[in-house]
Amino acid sequence: MNKKLYLLTTLLVAAALILSACGPKASKVEVFSWWTGGGEAAGLEAMIKVFNAKYPNIEFINAAVAGGAGTNARAVLATRLQAGDPPDSWQGHAGQELIGTYVAGNQIKPLNDLYQSEGWLAVMPQTLIPLISDNGNIYSVPVNIHRANVLWYNPSVLEANGVAVPTTMDEWFAAMDTLQAAGVTPLALGEQWTKMHLMETVLLGTLGPDKYNGLWTGETDWGGADVTKALENYQKVLTYANSDSASLSWQDAAKLVVDGDAAFNVMGDWAEGYFRELGKTPKTDYGWAPVPGSVGVFQFLSDSFVLAVGAPDEEAAIAWLKVAGSKEGQEAFNPVKGSICARTDCDKNLFGEYLQSAMDDWASNTVVGSLTHGVVANDSWKSEIDTALGLFIQDGNLANFQSALVAACKNSGPCK
Amino acid sequence: MSRDKDRYLSILLISPSILAVLIFIYGFIAWSVRVSLSEWKGLNPDYTWAGLKNYINLFSDPRFQVDIRNTLIFTGVFVAGSILLGFFLAVMLDQGLKGEGFFRSLFLFPMAISYIVTGVVWRWLMNPATGDRLSGFNLLFSYLHLDFLINKWHTTENWGIAAIALAAIWQMSGYTMAIYLAGLRGIPDELREAARIDGANELQIYRFIILPLLSPVTLSALIILGHMSLKVFDLIVAVAGKQLPLDVPAIYMWQTTFDGLFYGRGAAIGILLLVSVAVLIIPYIRYTLKTETQQ
Repeated sequence: MNKKLYLLTTLLVAAALILSACGPKASKVEVFSWWTGGGEAAGLEAMIKVFNAKYPNIEFINAAVAGGAGTNARAVLATRLQAGDPPDSWQGHAGQELIGTYVAGNQIKPLNDLYQSEGWLAVMPQTLIPLISDNGNIYSVPVNIHRANVLWYNPSVLEANGVAVPTTMDEWFAAMDTLQAAGVTPLALGEQWTKMHLMETVLLGTLGPDKYNGLWTGETDWGGADVTKALENYQKVLTYANSDSASLSWQDAAKLVVDGDAAFNVMGDWAEGYFRELGKTPKTDYGWAPVPGSVGVFQFLSDSFVLAVGAPDEEAAIAWLKVAGSKEGQEAFNPVKGSICARTDCDKNLFGEYLQSAMDDWASNTVVGSLTHGVVANDSWKSEIDTALGLFIQDGNLANFQSALVAACKNSGPCK
Repeated sequence: MSRDKDRYLSILLISPSILAVLIFIYGFIAWSVRVSLSEWKGLNPDYTWAGLKNYINLFSDPRFQVDIRNTLIFTGVFVAGSILLGFFLAVMLDQGLKGEGFFRSLFLFPMAISYIVTGVVWRWLMNPATGDRLSGFNLLFSYLHLDFLINKWHTTENWGIAAIALAAIWQMSGYTMAIYLAGLRGIPDELREAARIDGANELQIYRFIILPLLSPVTLSALIILGHMSLKVFDLIVAVAGKQLPLDVPAIYMWQTTFDGLFYGRGAAIGILLLVSVAVLIIPYIRYTLKTETQQ
């Protein structure tokens, strides 16, 4: 009897599996990402809903792999690509992180026609397009935008010490001198990657957008006096930071500011989502400004989707990309994720106070790309800069640091 | 006839595991060696012959020098600390105190925990924050008015890696204790008694009788702990993330291969790690095999 029951169950399970395999959908699209938790996963779900409503005949397969900032997902993806088994579309940081790895490996296709037919060129900032292109070909569809060059501050700490929000490097140094003299930690800083994040914003704040962009195209000399000045500024900024930075995550560091234990913190605008989670109020518990020296410049990073070379179902993949670039898709995703649309025509009322101000800047500022978050340098170059920075933080030798940066640009960047 | 059958059957039965070991261990080692001699950088394999370039570059690479230095400090502190503490605990337990079984399990327990868990807990304990934000050991020291003990732990300049070794000692000294205890129990009481009759005091008994008899145990402990410390990765990442002051070869290998796509360099680091472990392990295995066949 028991044996019969067992056999019956097995058969039923097998039948169920077979039946579920032949659903009514005509085609399917497999989308690979590392959005598995929090606002990201919820945002993706919202966008999938939009997709299902528009394309009821295409089955959406969510192939998300967990792991912070996609480290695991990217290793899995690399294995699949090397085995010739690509998903139809996958997530990646817009810019050189995608281009340097996947265009160089001939794994993704240009999307210029899609940009033309969907009219995206008219609704995305003009200065964005070259940053996500290679040789005039656009390679990905940005879904959301985060800002990297944000200076978060504690309004009451600044007020108590009679310090105004700085707009230039010199004002910033003066402000931090005052704070330090008053016994306040001027700058909250975290582990190594947050130091690279700080470095890119100080490079931008000292060099300005044109020379900063030139660093990544080979037009600005990494060994030049401008860069030396920028690195000196960076070294000076580091002296104002908390002494235990190496043991703090970005959240720990950002929290010091809203708790009143430090005055400033430089972090991308995902920090705002974290402040809200902590129950803090914008403008009273935390304020924001562009990092000194970068007023009028929007240093961005973005999650974007690509079209695989040899996608199992290219038509379905393009349908997905259309949704990812659409107003409807981006309006579904971004308020949940806590970022702004890559398009400049999203409805502002869907967003909170900080994000609304970011939307204004996105539509009007000069756009430059982030280093730490994959826009301006390919993976190899970034990892060499990371190593050079780590050695610099340890030994403080600025001349060695600069020559290591020159060498990194020669080895893995466009410098000759 | 039936003996032959047995032999064929036994070869047949172990062949899957031999095959698996050949492919998944030796095959992949050979493949890694090949990759380490190539120019492979980027997503697509590139087997252009590079000779020993990747290895030569590593030895002039300032980051790899940091790695070697950190590994040496970590190994020194961790191995010496675990052996000294383990031996001390074993001698204490060997005095025939009450509740020995309880203490034995107590000291052995940390070994059952994964390095990741140890790392997270010690990350809290070794919190280097100052001022109002004191916590962990530093807060304890401050309560006990032992303020001179408050320190920066793993964020100490140049020697931070030694603080990580403390966590590893906590985890592994119980294990060292267990093997020393087994060794101590294997020493016949007659030897101690004979020494006592000859007029040796307790210290002399340990110095001239027990320690020499325990030297094979010490050798095993050295090798087991030594090869673990050469490969350390998870504990450091759990305590401090991937930051250069606490960098070791295994972390460099991971970052340069999967974050930086320098597959050739990553493979070279992997092979160097393998060689350094092999230098430690192979003579030991040969020695044990020889003594076992002799017995």
